Amino acid sequence: MTIADTTPVTTEDQEELARFRRERVMKIARWTLPSLVMILTVLAWHLYVAINEVPHYVLPGPGLVAQKMVEDWGILWPAMILTGRLTILALLFAVIGGVGLAVAFTQSKWAELSFFPYAVILQVTPVVAIAPLIQIYVDNAFVAALLCAWIVAFFPILSNTTIGLKSADHNLSDLFTIYGATRWQRLRYLAAPSALPFFLGGLKIAGGLALIGAVVAEFVIGRAGTGLGLASTLLEASYRFNFGRLYAALILISVMGVVIFALMSLISHLALFRWHESALKRES
Amino acid sequence: MNQTRPPIDQRAPLLRMSHVEKTFRGNVVALRDMNLAVNQGDFVSLLGPSGCGKSTALRLISGLMSPTSGRIEWTGGQSKDDLGVVFQEPTLMPWARVVDNVWLPFRLRGVPYTDVKDDVLEALRLVGLEKFQRAFPRELSGGMKMRVSIARALVTKPRLILMDEPFAALDEITRHKLNNDLLALREQIGCTIIFVTHSVFESVFLSDRIVVMAARPGRVIREVQVTAPYPRDEEFRTSADYAAHCREASEALHDAMGEAA
Ligand SMILES: Nc1ncnc2c1ncn2[C@@H]1O[C@H](COP(=O)(O)OP(=O)(O)O)[C@@H](O)[C@H]1O
Ligand SMILES: [Mg+2]
Repeated sequence: MTIADTTPVTTEDQEELARFRRERVMKIARWTLPSLVMILTVLAWHLYVAINEVPHYVLPGPGLVAQKMVEDWGILWPAMILTGRLTILALLFAVIGGVGLAVAFTQSKWAELSFFPYAVILQVTPVVAIAPLIQIYVDNAFVAALLCAWIVAFFPILSNTTIGLKSADHNLSDLFTIYGATRWQRLRYLAAPSALPFFLGGLKIAGGLALIGAVVAEFVIGRAGTGLGLASTLLEASYRFNFGRLYAALILISVMGVVIFALMSLISHLALFRWHESALKRES
Repeated sequence: MNQTRPPIDQRAPLLRMSHVEKTFRGNVVALRDMNLAVNQGDFVSLLGPSGCGKSTALRLISGLMSPTSGRIEWTGGQSKDDLGVVFQEPTLMPWARVVDNVWLPFRLRGVPYTDVKDDVLEALRLVGLEKFQRAFPRELSGGMKMRVSIARALVTKPRLILMDEPFAALDEITRHKLNNDLLALREQIGCTIIFVTHSVFESVFLSDRIVVMAARPGRVIREVQVTAPYPRDEEFRTSADYAAHCREASEALHDAMGEAA
């Protein structure tokens, strides 16, 4: 025991210490608990397959999946790159198209009245139903798949950004009028920053949808035998009862989804943490 | 006190509203036959219950809307482009730092920051926030945000500042402090202020003229002059003079409510 340890500890200090300890426990639990669940699930999966001697074409064990992941890496990795490129490009064009249209809609009432219904129609028509048509009319399979993924991803960006651009504080808007702001100044200094949190919310949704769109497009279009992404690899593996590879591909698709979500959340945090309420941390 | 104001009856005219009416959707009469002359250096309060057209009057003056009938004339070379405005909410851009918020009126006129840096910092100094220039609005308290809003209104040195219940949402202690500081500010920059409030005490403490209004339809009932000299401080708040003026304004307001009922 040191001398410092023997000095009387006030209740305030104790509370502070307790709070600090609680926080540290939470921090550790945030990582350890999900990891534990993962380990137990994999273990249960393994035991179930091993004890019941489930054939590998019904449910492959985790060992087999891991083995396939390594063995087939030469196939899976390029497939993942392809699906990744498809998703990112679709998202990029969704941002360009969604934001561009949203700006056009808010600048011109006529443009909104004329075109918004079609944006909705495009959104509500299931992409699986449109994909075969796109496949017929667009020669390049990659471009066709890109178009499918884009259709799915762009609407949340369009609708969120449109709402965001209109969400500027009324008094601030009046202030801009009083100071004689031009249209451009209003868009640049008022509407755009007001829309940012809405846009980023849309981006988070669109990121996930772009991946879903890419997977659907690959299911429908990739079957034609051109470029093999993760989803077409998965589909092909299922035809061949190669369930080890199927599960490996499935896991990689999930990983991609998680990475995209984390990336969008990071972008959102970086853009908003200084000023937006949603990024405000409070002690509970 | 680097500006000397002439006595209240010898000031140059600035703004005149004559027979101004504002009707919404054909039947809601927000303002009926409003006549008001504002002179340079005046601190005029519009006092009345909610719905009596105070905000409407300010919006007409600022040119955000035009009267249904009647005229608003600017005199003495003043125009409605030379205005500062403070709303009930601080109305700051949450994404912009304090300096950028105060720079806004200049920025919208195409003036780069470097050209007006001194004015911006001076405005922040006047409201006592020079240390917070790099802060974001959410880091400030309600009173401090309101100070930023005031700094933004006066940064262009407008000759007229319109304030629409700027301190109504603040606690009383903060409100008193800001009232004191607003008067001190006015002594330094010598601007004209039209101040909307529903607080008798606030209007008496601040203004040299109180325009009492009534609702349904919104109209001016009476004008009360507060003859007490400036600078006014905490001492004035406890003086007999202050109490007497409060009673006078209260009675006028009571009459206004009575007539409306
Ligand atoms: N844009 C508007 N459209 C319709 N009615 C309005 C509008 N603005 C104000 N009014 C009406 O005009 C009256 C006066 O409103 P306002 O000037 O805001 O009063 P105050 O600021 O004194 O509370 C109210 O009855 C209000 O409902
Ligand atoms: Mg009002």
